[in-house]
Amino acid sequence: MSGGDFFGDLRDLYQEVILDHGRKPRNFRRLEDADRTARGDNPMCGDRMELFLKMTPDGHIADAAFQGRGCAVSMASASLMTETVKGKTPEEAQAVGTAFRDLAMTGQCPACAASLEDAMERLTPLSGVHEFPSRVKCATLAWHTLNAALAGAKEASSE
Amino acid sequence: MSFDVQRIRQDFPILSQPQHGKPLVFLDSGASAQKPRAVIDAMTRCMETAYANVHRGAYRLSEVATDAYEAARGAVARFINAPDAREVVFTRNSTEAINLVAHSWGRGVMRPDQALLISELEHHANIVPWQMLRDERGNQLRVCRVTDAGELDMEDLAAKLADGKVGLVALAHMSNVLGTVTPVERVVALAHAHGAKVLLDGSQAVVHRRVDVAAIGCDFYCFTGHKLYGPTGIGVLWGKLGHLDRMPPFLGGGDMIESVSFEKSTWAKPPARFEAGTPAIIEAVGLHAAIDYVNAIGMPAIEAHERALVDHAMRKLSDVPGLTLLGRAQDRGGVFAFSLDNAHPHDLSTLLDRAGICIRAGRHCAEPLHTRFGVEQGTARASFGLYTTPEEVDYLAGALVKAREFFA
Ligand SMILES: Cc1ncc(COP(=O)(O)O)c(C=O)c1O
Repeated sequence: MSGGDFFGDLRDLYQEVILDHGRKPRNFRRLEDADRTARGDNPMCGDRMELFLKMTPDGHIADAAFQGRGCAVSMASASLMTETVKGKTPEEAQAVGTAFRDLAMTGQCPACAASLEDAMERLTPLSGVHEFPSRVKCATLAWHTLNAALAGAKEASSE
Repeated sequence: MSFDVQRIRQDFPILSQPQHGKPLVFLDSGASAQKPRAVIDAMTRCMETAYANVHRGAYRLSEVATDAYEAARGAVARFINAPDAREVVFTRNSTEAINLVAHSWGRGVMRPDQALLISELEHHANIVPWQMLRDERGNQLRVCRVTDAGELDMEDLAAKLADGKVGLVALAHMSNVLGTVTPVERVVALAHAHGAKVLLDGSQAVVHRRVDVAAIGCDFYCFTGHKLYGPTGIGVLWGKLGHLDRMPPFLGGGDMIESVSFEKSTWAKPPARFEAGTPAIIEAVGLHAAIDYVNAIGMPAIEAHERALVDHAMRKLSDVPGLTLLGRAQDRGGVFAFSLDNAHPHDLSTLLDRAGICIRAGRHCAEPLHTRFGVEQGTARASFGLYTTPEEVDYLAGALVKAREFFA
């Protein structure tokens, strides 16, 4: 936790949860039997990820995992995203994604329905990113990639 | 004039603007340098007292503006020791200068069976125009290797020139990532011995070294105004007059023609042939002021200051735990790209920003070089200007240690 004062208000962005997920991303693996995959690219900064989704017969997301490289924010966001979308239908997952993009860009989520509350609580530590316009796309890359995977597209870019 | 960095810093208004409540430590001059008062004032004065379009009006104000614009050309010529001011073509930046050569020399003079030779340490501006030429005309594109130390592999260069098929070598005089200064005199001698012409990308080099195109012996040389403490929107292509004379225009329009009819137009002589349309008049005046500013301090003094700073930074950065420098060239300038073991360059850049430090993160428009060194995720880069102090380097080194703890 040292250096907190020296770097001003950076704890708003780099909360302990973010640092933890950035260092040890959850679901950081390849799903060999994935039903849906997509690659996400952030060409400006070289962040790159590959997302794997395993679906249940009735169309829920059974498992989500990813591999890739990137900054702490993008790794943490992808890690939290995979945790969040498990068990959801594609529509539910996309609704969370839309709410999250609002959160990342404005720090607020006026459209967040009560039904999203649990999901959004998990993602709230990333809300600080809205203070750092050049870093918002690090946080949203995973969700762009999720949309691509669900839509059957092979690639997503956060540009 | 002795070199007093504190005095010099007072010439740059922006350096007294705090960032996030901390003194600004600007270590991204390699991307674009800050502007001294002399440049800002010269451009304002031009607009307030001496502005009109150039080369067109038979009235005094236009003549004054034309004189100022041409005086800037003369200043550039003297700055790089060009034998003739007509060899100086104003462009928008280095990128446009390189594209100009790729178009007018590459397509207009070179044959498709002649190869192009670049190197692994090039900026995208000195890669992509040649790929476009290759894809359009079929010229082979060869790439000279860089050693692990970040120096040009001269054996590889010789090998790639050996068959005499290379028509043009296009090479950075100084790397914007590794800081390496390339041995341009030797490259030129070798290239000429094998019948190849040489274009040097001096975007970084002119800022840090005295450049003498006549002594180097190259065929083309380019640089960009905004890295040399001048404004954006103005760059320079220098080319030997004999070469420029043989080259067709780059863009068509006003100012670059001798006569126009609907059947045929004939081209003006260089440099006008390559300056279609209204040029960057105010920016040329600003560049002139920047050159005067640098000359008044003196390039040898600037070089000496930077040499000491580079040695200091090498020591200080090497002492930061977990820090890996990209490249350790013998002959280098004030540009340092590095990785910090547990901090991604973008996180680092965001973090340091809050401490008032501006560094660049990413691949610095040199993706192939990062691939070559196995750092696809990019690097952080600190680059110096003539206003950079040893204390700023110390502050950076201390902040890097703290950043490492932050991410531990
Ligand atoms: C070595 C080198 N070449 C070319 C360029 C391109 O300069 P500009 O963007 O001004 O055209 C740069 C700077 O970005 C550079 O460092």
